[in-house]
This record gives sequence, C-alpha cells and structure tokens, in this order.
Amino acid sequence: MADGAASVVESTGQQKWGPGIVETLGIAALVAFAGYAALFIAPTERTMGVIQRIFYFHVPSAWTGFVAFFINLIGSIAFLRTRNLKWDRLAVASAEIGVAFFTVVLVTGPIWARPVWGIWWTWDARLTSSFVLWLLYVCYLLLRTLVDETERRAVVSAVFGIFAAFDIPLVYFSIWLFRTQHPQPVIGQGGSLDSRMLNVLLLCWMALLGVMVLLLRQRVRLETLRHSVEQLRTESARDAGAE
Amino acid sequence: MLNGLQSLTVAYMAVWAIFFGYQFSVGRRLRQLQDEVERLKTRR
Repeated sequence: MADGAASVVESTGQQKWGPGIVETLGIAALVAFAGYAALFIAPTERTMGVIQRIFYFHVPSAWTGFVAFFINLIGSIAFLRTRNLKWDRLAVASAEIGVAFFTVVLVTGPIWARPVWGIWWTWDARLTSSFVLWLLYVCYLLLRTLVDETERRAVVSAVFGIFAAFDIPLVYFSIWLFRTQHPQPVIGQGGSLDSRMLNVLLLCWMALLGVMVLLLRQRVRLETLRHSVEQLRTESARDAGAE
Repeated sequence: MLNGLQSLTVAYMAVWAIFFGYQFSVGRRLRQLQDEVERLKTRR
C-alpha cells in the first residue's frame, strides 16, 4: 500500500476519530437532563402554555445549525487557501450536520405555529430565508455527488459553501430587517426572557452543541474513510494496469 | 386539531426521530466503508 493510503487508513481508526465512551455518555446525560429541564423544570409560558416548550429544542437547533454552517464556511475558506483535503472533509461533515439541525428547525417550527398562529407556514422573511438556507446546503451536498474528481469536487463545493454562507446573516438578522410574523428575539437587546427559561435554553444549546461535536467527529471519520477507499481503488486499478 | 401537549409530544418525537435517523444513516455508511476498506486491503 502506498504511504498516502496507508496513513489515511490508519487515521480512520476508532481511537483517533471515534468519540470516547466517557464523552458520549457525558453528552447523553447532558441531553437527557436538558430534555427533562425543557419539559419539567422551565416554567410554563403564560399565554401559549405548554406548546411554548418546543422553543427549547427549536431555537438551540437553529443556533447549532448556524454553528455547523459557520464551520462549513471556515472549512471552505481554509481548503481554498491550503488545498488540504482535511478542510474539505470538515466542510462536508459540518454541512450535512447543519442540514440535520435545520431539518429539526423546519419541522418543529410549523408544529409550534399551527396551534399558535393557526397556520403551518407563511412565506415571511425569517421562515423563507431559513428554508432557503436549508435548501442551499442540500444543494451543496447534491453538488458533491455530481463531481467525481476529488480535488475538483472540493474546489467547486468550497466556492458554493462560501456562497451559501451569505444566507446565514440574512436568516439571523431578518427579524430586524423585515416585518415578519416570526417572534422577536427574547434574549439580548430588547429580550425579556425569564432567567429560568434562559438557563434551560442555554442548557439545551450546550447539549445540542455536544451532540453536534459527536456527530461531527463521526462524520469526518466517514469522509476520511471514503477518501481512503477512493485512494485504495485508484491504487488497485494502477496495480492491475501494471501487471 | 392537536392541542398543546399533543403538539409538544409530536415535536419531541420528531426531534428524536431526526437525530436517531441521521445517526443510523452515518453508522450504516461507516460500516459499509469499513467493509470496503477491508475488502480492498485483502485484495491487494
């Protein structure tokens, strides 16, 4: 086996990339406690009632999705600067995880909206830009399946990843920039969230960030393995041609 | 129409289904690639 493929295969070992059992159990405990806190510890909101508790996984999922897409942006820029494929693997892993978190956002939002607004969906600025953000990263993932050559695929997707990232601030600031039906921010400037609600919200975000880190490691490992399979196939074909 | 508690339950189940579904998908793809690496290594 050539040195390159050998090192890639070795680097895919469970010990290097796979999350440790203690880490996984710690994050699982944090997720369980955050889920309990969201359902039973946080006070019930006065006007919306129990349905408001969707907020504790809808909002942290959106924030975690933003973090994942931001990692994709960093990976894309770093790849274009260095041409090191490890950045491309980080970029694709974070894009897919961001799509998973934004799927949670786009599913839980309408479930909350139906009893509160009386409608599942409205094409206002926040909802539309969030949906477009999800679509852009789905396209990013689809685009990668259309290019066979590794280096070219990494370049094309890095450029597309940087383009897609322009929608992140648009989603975030849309509730300030446009008239929207989406609730206004409840923390930061102008926010009036109860401190117990805020603590549970931040706890849920920490739990989901932990989940994101575990998924990211596993997903990067998958991409590293895929890269080693491509290299091994190329070497096998070369060996077969030489014989 | 679903009441608040029913909607919350549906949302909660949907969140777990999405995360478990995604985790299952990643695990399955990892196993397939590990098998492929082993197969290619033994063939060489």
